[in-house]
Amino acid sequence: MNTAHESGGTDDKVLKRLGKWLANGTPWVWLNAAAVSTSILLVTGLLTLIAARGLVHFRALPVQQIVYQQADGSLITLAGQIREQELVTAERLREAGVEVAEDASMVRRYLLKVGNRDIYGQDFRWVLEPSIISNGRPRSMVVLERQEWGVFIGLLVGLRVAGELTSDPDIWSGFQTSLARADTLREEISALEKHSIGRVNYRLDRLRLKQRGYELDDGISAADLVDGLAGIEAERNLLQAEYAELEVTLLSLYSELQRDALLVQTADGQQREYPMASILDAYRPNQMGIKDGMLHFLSNVWKFVSDDPREANTEGGVFPAIFGTVLMVLLMTVFVTPLGVVAAVYLKEYAHQGVFTRFIRIAVNNLAGVPSIVYGVFGLGFFVYTLGGSIDQLFFKAALPSPTFGTGGLFWASLTLALLTLPVVIVSTEEGLSRIPRSIREGSLALGATQWETLWRTVLPMASPGIMTGLILAVARAAGEVAPLMLVGVVKLAPALPLDGNAPFLHLDRKFMHLGFHIYDVGFQSPNVEAARPLVYATALLLVAVIVLLNLVAIAVRNRLSERYRGLES
Amino acid sequence: MTNKSTEAMQTSQLRIDLSARETSGATAHPAAVSVTNLNLFYGAARALHDINLSIPEKQVTAFIGPSGCGKSTLLRCFNRLNDLIDICRIEGEILLNGRDIYASDVDVAELRRTVGIVFQKPNPFPKSIYENVAYGLRIQGIKKRRQLDETVEWALKAAALWDEVKNRLNDAAFGLSGGQQQRLIIARAIAVQPEFLLLDEPCSSLDPISTLKVEELITELKSQYTIIMVTHNMQQAARVSDYTAFMHMGELVEFGATDQIFTNPRAKKTEDYITGRYG
Repeated sequence: MNTAHESGGTDDKVLKRLGKWLANGTPWVWLNAAAVSTSILLVTGLLTLIAARGLVHFRALPVQQIVYQQADGSLITLAGQIREQELVTAERLREAGVEVAEDASMVRRYLLKVGNRDIYGQDFRWVLEPSIISNGRPRSMVVLERQEWGVFIGLLVGLRVAGELTSDPDIWSGFQTSLARADTLREEISALEKHSIGRVNYRLDRLRLKQRGYELDDGISAADLVDGLAGIEAERNLLQAEYAELEVTLLSLYSELQRDALLVQTADGQQREYPMASILDAYRPNQMGIKDGMLHFLSNVWKFVSDDPREANTEGGVFPAIFGTVLMVLLMTVFVTPLGVVAAVYLKEYAHQGVFTRFIRIAVNNLAGVPSIVYGVFGLGFFVYTLGGSIDQLFFKAALPSPTFGTGGLFWASLTLALLTLPVVIVSTEEGLSRIPRSIREGSLALGATQWETLWRTVLPMASPGIMTGLILAVARAAGEVAPLMLVGVVKLAPALPLDGNAPFLHLDRKFMHLGFHIYDVGFQSPNVEAARPLVYATALLLVAVIVLLNLVAIAVRNRLSERYRGLES
Repeated sequence: MTNKSTEAMQTSQLRIDLSARETSGATAHPAAVSVTNLNLFYGAARALHDINLSIPEKQVTAFIGPSGCGKSTLLRCFNRLNDLIDICRIEGEILLNGRDIYASDVDVAELRRTVGIVFQKPNPFPKSIYENVAYGLRIQGIKKRRQLDETVEWALKAAALWDEVKNRLNDAAFGLSGGQQQRLIIARAIAVQPEFLLLDEPCSSLDPISTLKVEELITELKSQYTIIMVTHNMQQAARVSDYTAFMHMGELVEFGATDQIFTNPRAKKTEDYITGRYG
């Protein structure tokens, strides 16, 4: 009985201490700390995963030469880069019909990027560790990046310059000279095609539309029509002469490019000859030191952000997608700012604060929760078909039946996103407006300013940090949005950038590429999923970087503004 | 019962007589503001009860009284700042220089230009010192640099601030001390050449030295403006003002020359308040 009494006493004590511990808030502090650490861990984990998976894409991985025993017992020599390794259960392999040693329960296997899709038909191959007979890294192994068929992995065996095989035993340095020459030629060709010929084509297309416009115009007199058509014909002849001239230059450049060729041999002894024109870059990963490796990495990153995509987006860079994303977000900002600010000012400053304004405010807040694809559908139905269709009928009749604004494009996409982000801007602008002390408004009104003057000269500038906060949120949301864009103007491959040197320079009607959609397209619509996987991660990393960059710019602007009005807080 | 109401009537009669006497007593100073039967409601609550008052021109008039007695509310009637409050309703008549400021044809912005106000806490705009003073002028559409420069300098000199800020006119007004900010607000108010200056406890957030400066300034400015100030500080009212109105619970209890109010108050309530028995 005594002991029972004593133990009851300790229970009371423990309960008391527990109660005290709960009351002084320590557990809640711990809970909060745990929640914060979990969030930080999740975010860093996410970024690390994306970065680790994505950055592999830029590294010069060493090439392994492997003598491998195939399922039928024959030996094969493979050369490739190890992209992944994993442990699989022996049972699973046995079920798949692969012979595995009796005692093994787990088998390690490697995903080897063997390249040479034109020769092997596929550029990835799983190899089982037990079947590897020998393994090495020959220093002479070369990786060639090509215009098509992905990379080539193998050995250089000869160089043909102007049809003659070179006798020089140092094929690599001869090859480098030849490759540099090809690069220069390619740049010239690309400049010629993109700029000079592109401009001629653009103007020819304009002429075609002009001619069609004359033909459609009923009000024009016969004499004017003849004159106009004659003018167009003369101009067209000039352009075509210019085009012919350019074409000659282009053809000569192309034939120059075809001069040299490279003889190569795969690890299993198959020989091929590739024209220099088809080779973009070459490196020998097994000979690279740390410095060369870093340089290769950086140059690959640069190529990724500055080049156009190749081979159905599975190779090359993503420059048009970065450009499209940023331009679209900027345009969206231009549309949403005035609209959102004006709406917020009316709601907060002018409208009578009653049931109706409260109803509008609730509606605005709810708009922020509408799924984005709904905005996409609205954009397609209203902006593209209704507005765009009418615009085409009124102003771009000559181009019909091919639509100008009656199809998705940069303008409609940024307008749709402006609509999507409007509630955010309205809400934060209203908050910014309500933070301004009454004494400031009264001070301005007392000096004889009208309400409008007070707003324009004092209240709005002071609310600008709040407006910027809204824009930051809007940019963050808009830059990551993909679903509505798929309906109103994003494509997997845009033939031209929406901004170029041809008047009117900014082509609002053009379709554009977007990083978010690019990720989806490369990851799920690509013909070569294995090759594209690192690209998905790299693009995702880039998208995050672009959004962070856009946000940093906006935050810097906001901080400058709040610095100016800092005295208010005191 | 009847007796009591008669008494009340008599008192109010007396009060009207008194204010009439005061008005007549101030014939040397013609009335610039005259308030007749002013009632003010916040929704259903009545904040001002039948105020009748004549404020003489180019003198300093102080409103004193306990917190919540309606001093500031009355002050804010003179430039119609109470209009900004949705539920506020006003009955009665206020004449400023003979003009009914609640008439329907009054341009409120123009009225407010002629009636400058300075609040309890300095409220400079987030702009430079120069732009703060020039604000009212720019509102009026004055763009000529020379005219702006001259007026800004004149107003800052009149507000006894020029010597302290003349070398940093383009600095932010927030960088000034509280007392300097308050004088900047006064400069801002007089830059638009008002006829009246309303001061709503202008020194309550200032230190003694700044208070002294502002008080000196008020005394100097009264030669040009009719000044009406609200204050909690009775010494200040005694020091600065020529006339004093004592208010209590939304009613005007007594109005008269400051010397008379402080030395020989007629109403018991005034005496109690002045001698510190309550409030």
